[in-house]
Amino acid sequence: MDASTSFWATPVGWTLITVGQILAVTIWILLSLAFLLLADRKIWAGVQMRKGPNMVGPFGLLQSFADFIKFVLKEIVIPSGADKPVFILAPLISFTLAFGAWAVIPLAPGWVVANLNVGVLYLFAISSLGVYGIIMGGWASNSKYPFLGSLRSAAQMVSYEVSIGFVIITVILLAGSMNLQTIVEKQAGGFWNWNFLGGGGLTHLPAALVMLPMTVVFFISALAETNRPPFDLPEAESELVAGYQVEYSSTPYLLFMIGEYANIVLMCAMITILFFGGWQAPFPTDFTASWAPTAASFFGFMWFFGKVIFFFCLFAMVKAIVPRYRYDQLMRLGWKVFLPMSLVAVMLVAAWRVFGPSAIA
Amino acid sequence: MALQAIAFYLLAAVTLLSGLAVVSARNPVHSVLWLILSFFSAAGLFVLLGAEFLAMLLVVVYVGAVAVLFLFVVMMLDVDFAALRQGFHRYMPLGGLIAVGLAVEMVVVAGAVASRGAAKANELPDASGGAGLPNAEAIGRVLYTDYIYFFQAAGMVLLVAMIGAIVLTLRHKPGVRRQVIADQVARTPKTGMRVVTLKPGEGIDG
Repeated sequence: MDASTSFWATPVGWTLITVGQILAVTIWILLSLAFLLLADRKIWAGVQMRKGPNMVGPFGLLQSFADFIKFVLKEIVIPSGADKPVFILAPLISFTLAFGAWAVIPLAPGWVVANLNVGVLYLFAISSLGVYGIIMGGWASNSKYPFLGSLRSAAQMVSYEVSIGFVIITVILLAGSMNLQTIVEKQAGGFWNWNFLGGGGLTHLPAALVMLPMTVVFFISALAETNRPPFDLPEAESELVAGYQVEYSSTPYLLFMIGEYANIVLMCAMITILFFGGWQAPFPTDFTASWAPTAASFFGFMWFFGKVIFFFCLFAMVKAIVPRYRYDQLMRLGWKVFLPMSLVAVMLVAAWRVFGPSAIA
Repeated sequence: MALQAIAFYLLAAVTLLSGLAVVSARNPVHSVLWLILSFFSAAGLFVLLGAEFLAMLLVVVYVGAVAVLFLFVVMMLDVDFAALRQGFHRYMPLGGLIAVGLAVEMVVVAGAVASRGAAKANELPDASGGAGLPNAEAIGRVLYTDYIYFFQAAGMVLLVAMIGAIVLTLRHKPGVRRQVIADQVARTPKTGMRVVTLKPGEGIDG
């Protein structure tokens, strides 16, 4: 035992552990994505009273794997006028960033690859980098539609990042920490302690007046940030064919798509962590204190996973139900509605923290 | 320690090389991409120093916002590469002079730090008084107490710059039809349409 613990403390052992953790998280996300992609299509089909994919495997469960094999086996076509290195780099960047962000997501008590002090900022930084994959892909294609799509997307993502940033600041103020693990721990003890209701039971209920709208703003901004309908203007097929992805085929396209969906699930995880208590159960969980730590962690993980799936279903429903925005309306919503709202919210929450019941001495 | 040293030399080398590539790349878009890489590895250097808050801010502000706008502008510009390269030999001596000046300044500063004792320089900027605060909090404490006037002044400068940019680009065009969303939402069938009965041979008078 002693020899083994000392081995894990050495640089080699530490590297092995970290690589193992990263692999575990990545493979788990990839596997989940395969089924979430299918769920997305099934829900979409269900709303439109179709059956959706139902040929591969029982109920079409293996559809994503068939798609995967199809994508990988196809030929990679690179347009002759394209900027080759940038063209190849773009999907790689989008894919890597989408998975890199998961490093700081606390999946359960103690289950996190990197417990950063500035976890929220790291998430924000990585998600703000996501725009590069799109803009590089659009430019390197050396073609009209991809370029227009990527320009639109850059403007859209930069606009909505601003309001996402301010909403995140309200949560940071409320929790008093930028560490995601701490933010989740502060929301323990039942759903009335979750941040969307002010994060402190009945005494903090007035803060819900600000935090509930902020939750909605965050959700809508997350839709815009991930280019999901009704904000999927970068790839509005009636105007721009498929936006920045027009020239991409086979594996690079697959990387773009997996990156996009990984980002969507990441946004769901962020909503869960920031507003809906992360891995906390919606009722007091004192009875898990006597459990083995692994069992308690697993219990928390199931809640986290369930919430993420719930929000993913919401994303899928929005895609099926809401018609696409016009571009000027999108900009108006971002800059003239969400930005002032979230700015005022930051001021109100700051005042709440100074003069409210949880005043800092 | 060895791992840190390897990481430092790797990040520093990438920063320098990508900085070199920024000025030597033929395509301005590539230049911006190299610039982004250099920002990014500079953020990595900040993390090595233990200043993870500054590192994240560097990525959020410079890489996530400023460089995107650079890229945006550079991609839209129609840059004539030949014209850009023309003046190279004429401006070379001046550029070289500035570079040499900067290098001398850096050596002098580094010499000053070294003569005061490089080891001590690491311990000095600890605003928390050794309480082990996270560095976001430590920066906040210094920024909002000792340097609050500078902080406010910097904010005012940014505000003035922002207003200046708006004033420069603001054009009042007469006769532009603007959308008023509230009016559109408030429309009812009564205000939105007019029912007319037409007799044969007559038009609508308008």
